[in-house]
Amino acid sequence: MTIRADALPTQEMTINMGPQHPSTHGVLRVVLEMDGEHILEPEPVIGYAHRIQEKMGESRSWPGFLPNTGRLDYLSALIYNHGYVGLIERMTGTEVPLRAEYIRVITSELNRVSSHLLWLGAFLLDLGAFTPIMYAFDDREQILDILEDITGARLTYCYFRVGGVYRDVDDKFVENTRAFIKRLRGRFKPIYADLVTDNIIFIKRVKDIVNITPELAMRYGVTGPPLRSTGIRYDIRRNEPYSVYSELDFEIPVGSSGDCLETYLVRVNEMEQSLRIIEQALDRLPSGPVRTKVPRKLKLPQGDASFSVETARGELTYYLVSDGSDVPYRLKVRVPSFSNLSILKELCRNMLLSDLIMALGTLDLVIPEIDR
Amino acid sequence: MHLNQSLPPELIRIVISVVVLIGFTFLNVLLLGYAERKISGRIMRRPGPMEVGPQGIFQLLVDGVKLVAKQFIVPSEAGTLFRIAPLLAFMPVGLSFIVIPFSNRLQVRDLDTGLVFMLAVMSLNTFAILVAGWTSNSKYSLFGAIRSVAQSVSYEIPMLLSLLSVVLMANTLSMRGIVLAQSPVWYVVVQPVAFLIYFVAGLAETNRAPFDLPEAESELTAGFHTEYSGMGFSMFFLAEYTNMFFVCSLGVVLFFGGWSGPKLPYMDYTGIIWFFLKVYILLFVMIWIRWTFPRVRFDQLLNFCWMYLIPFSLVNLLLTAVVVKL
Repeated sequence: MTIRADALPTQEMTINMGPQHPSTHGVLRVVLEMDGEHILEPEPVIGYAHRIQEKMGESRSWPGFLPNTGRLDYLSALIYNHGYVGLIERMTGTEVPLRAEYIRVITSELNRVSSHLLWLGAFLLDLGAFTPIMYAFDDREQILDILEDITGARLTYCYFRVGGVYRDVDDKFVENTRAFIKRLRGRFKPIYADLVTDNIIFIKRVKDIVNITPELAMRYGVTGPPLRSTGIRYDIRRNEPYSVYSELDFEIPVGSSGDCLETYLVRVNEMEQSLRIIEQALDRLPSGPVRTKVPRKLKLPQGDASFSVETARGELTYYLVSDGSDVPYRLKVRVPSFSNLSILKELCRNMLLSDLIMALGTLDLVIPEIDR
Repeated sequence: MHLNQSLPPELIRIVISVVVLIGFTFLNVLLLGYAERKISGRIMRRPGPMEVGPQGIFQLLVDGVKLVAKQFIVPSEAGTLFRIAPLLAFMPVGLSFIVIPFSNRLQVRDLDTGLVFMLAVMSLNTFAILVAGWTSNSKYSLFGAIRSVAQSVSYEIPMLLSLLSVVLMANTLSMRGIVLAQSPVWYVVVQPVAFLIYFVAGLAETNRAPFDLPEAESELTAGFHTEYSGMGFSMFFLAEYTNMFFVCSLGVVLFFGGWSGPKLPYMDYTGIIWFFLKVYILLFVMIWIRWTFPRVRFDQLLNFCWMYLIPFSLVNLLLTAVVVKL
């Protein structure tokens, strides 16, 4: 619909969406230039949850930064743990026992599923569907219980250690995890598929909305499900395998058009693949020690290194420079949400306000991770 | 006794009906609010309110007390109308009750144009929302108000068209007359399309999900009542729930035979039981829909109205006219 400018004097208005807004999920602020319901220019403003995490990493001993990693992205804390310990192990050349590697994979994948479940609920909440988040939280709660049993935490885990994991898992953990896999598999079809994915209003709201093109995604370094939904099969677990992922059989779900529906389906399929990974890892879980001894006062050799892992949101890279002392000289964290957010400006030009909410939802942003 | 004789009986009747109606309005909101929370709880597999009273039945009462006790905050540069808007929203509430036939004998006034009166009064609600959104001096409220007006303007049309086909069959605009005209068979059987269109338009009219765009939480925080607190907010809350009641009563009167049902003693009065039963079943469906479906997008909402509802209701009206003529 176009209105002739001379017929009706119209005025563009600026809207501050956030930092306190129900669907920015955290303290993101987006300054919107609006023409009626259409967005002329969205400008994301970040930094409201800046906690000098990288600097903290440079003033603490090597293992001392480990608890901080879980607080960068509180939804996939274990995977953040994994990246950091992986990096130190790579620099020191520490061998990790096989059992510990399998436990890491199992817990990381559980963490990924819990993160995706929370995203599913929150995304549908943005759509105005209030019920699915309760179902998703019900399932997520089971994961939190399982992880609480072995890690002692429910959200900001600090379970991995340099050279292994903090504590061995018991039979109860294996049993509970298997029971959970069975339960969640039984719920995909009757609950998530029938109630959500086949809903006509849902399809109308997400299909062909917020189309991310592969070209745009690559230009901004978008990773994770938003990238895979455009059809690019890029997943660190497959492209640059770490831990024991190369020994496990799983698929990387990809989409084609990069719209909200594809991203949604990529995430749902990823949950199923994660369950597959967990199942295989549980079957192969070897016995043995779960931790190699590393010196209490860790000194890393001079030089630099980086280590990438695939979090629930995309590629996470830790890059650090060591000057040979017991604290890092420089620690740089490349977080997926930052790159994913940066496409917002180009993506959401001339969009409706409700589609911007969809875009924010589909990118699955964790703001404390962006601000660090 | 002296007082009784010195006052005109009409005045006493008015006072009694006003007290009863206001009392009923509050009771209805308490009941609906509680039902909404409990049903949403069941749908979400949680118990809902449980703390205040057995099964949490006094929860809404406590909420009401909290809202009354809260300060009514007026944003800076908000107009004087900001204070009046909640009252405007509440105004149609008293008026609509006049024409609803609760049973054969329980009706305040049986106007010849009862249906037109009811629809006219119900659409006054939009003015309240417009005034509230406009005078709030907040952009989110303004958006909510704009959406509300656009939505109401489009959804009134299919609503009226679908009701018109019922009027053609009943050959009267009096609410009581329409109920009496359905004595062998309810109009929902004869006019299912009209009922569906009416119900969908009614959902949009009352700003209920999936058409709750004027107060879309994830987009506009709280829409037109973002800036309202305390009693101002609760007036809108009361008006919204009472409007739901009106939409469902109208649906019952026009499509479900009003008070008619299996015979009860003193049917002229006890018909109210069937009336309320039907109304609350319809209200249950409204609540059910709200907690099951996602929200539609604004342009989809308008497209749906102009491209599907209006053509369908026009065709339905035309067919009805032809059949009635035959």
